[in-house]
Amino acid sequence: MTQEGSIITDEMRKLIGVEGTPTVLEVEKGFIRMMADSIADPNPLWQDEEYAKRSKHGGIVAPPAFLCNARAGTSRGVQMKSPFLRALAGGDELEYYLPVRPGDVLTSVSYISEYNEREGKRGKMLFTIIDTKYTNQKGELVAKSRSTYISY
Amino acid sequence: MAEQVYYEDVEVGSEIPKIIKHPTAQMLVKWAGASGDFYELHYDKEFAQAQGFPNVLVHGKLKFGFLGHLLIDWIGEEGVLKKLGASYRGTDHPGEDLVCKGMVTNKYVKDGEHLVELEVWTENSKGEKTTPGNAVVALPSRAG
Repeated sequence: MTQEGSIITDEMRKLIGVEGTPTVLEVEKGFIRMMADSIADPNPLWQDEEYAKRSKHGGIVAPPAFLCNARAGTSRGVQMKSPFLRALAGGDELEYYLPVRPGDVLTSVSYISEYNEREGKRGKMLFTIIDTKYTNQKGELVAKSRSTYISY
Repeated sequence: MAEQVYYEDVEVGSEIPKIIKHPTAQMLVKWAGASGDFYELHYDKEFAQAQGFPNVLVHGKLKFGFLGHLLIDWIGEEGVLKKLGASYRGTDHPGEDLVCKGMVTNKYVKDGEHLVELEVWTENSKGEKTTPGNAVVALPSRAG
């Protein structure tokens, strides 16, 4: 039953836990470099093959924000419903298990794990929490994320 | 690159070296293109103003990237970032510098790993924490 006055409808509740369409992302070296450049993070680990080879990673790896890419998951393939039109990203939590490397083929699968509603200074706000798992081409778990999207 | 930091060097309550980031309108466009986030709030000033903001907003996930930069610079090549979380609580705009800071809140050895927990955040020119977050990193030990 939809609670009286709640903005979270039964239709929205039915989406909780339902896995969205998996997203597949091929990780290219140039893509990693572009992400690192856009953060203005000059660490040679993200782009200098010779340097990265001598590091303990044994080659180029992706910076932490790489998985905050809209092409790599966090909310892709998930149907988000809200009575509001305005939206903001509320936050991200990433747990890293394996480095992301050029040549990796990442598959991400997301689902809505919960909704919260709150009265903010801009009126009623809906918080949609989305959980995502990222696996690589070997089926290994690379990372998990929990992202919050706010609409109001 | 700075010298490698070791688990034994770290004290609870101490701050890690800060970094200063300079988000510009150009940087926001670069992040949009790289990350595939083309929400107008981050590059169309009229759109942002129609939503009640004075200017376009720095992407939350870009600020996540800044905190990642802060942590990876600190933990060095031998460190491993295990976890990073950030809340995009305050709004930031291009042209306003953000100081990224971190403080050690806990350290312990678990399953053979030397782990350090930190509070991290971005700070605006008013000293407000606009992106509070937390992190867990594994550092190398001098004991090997």
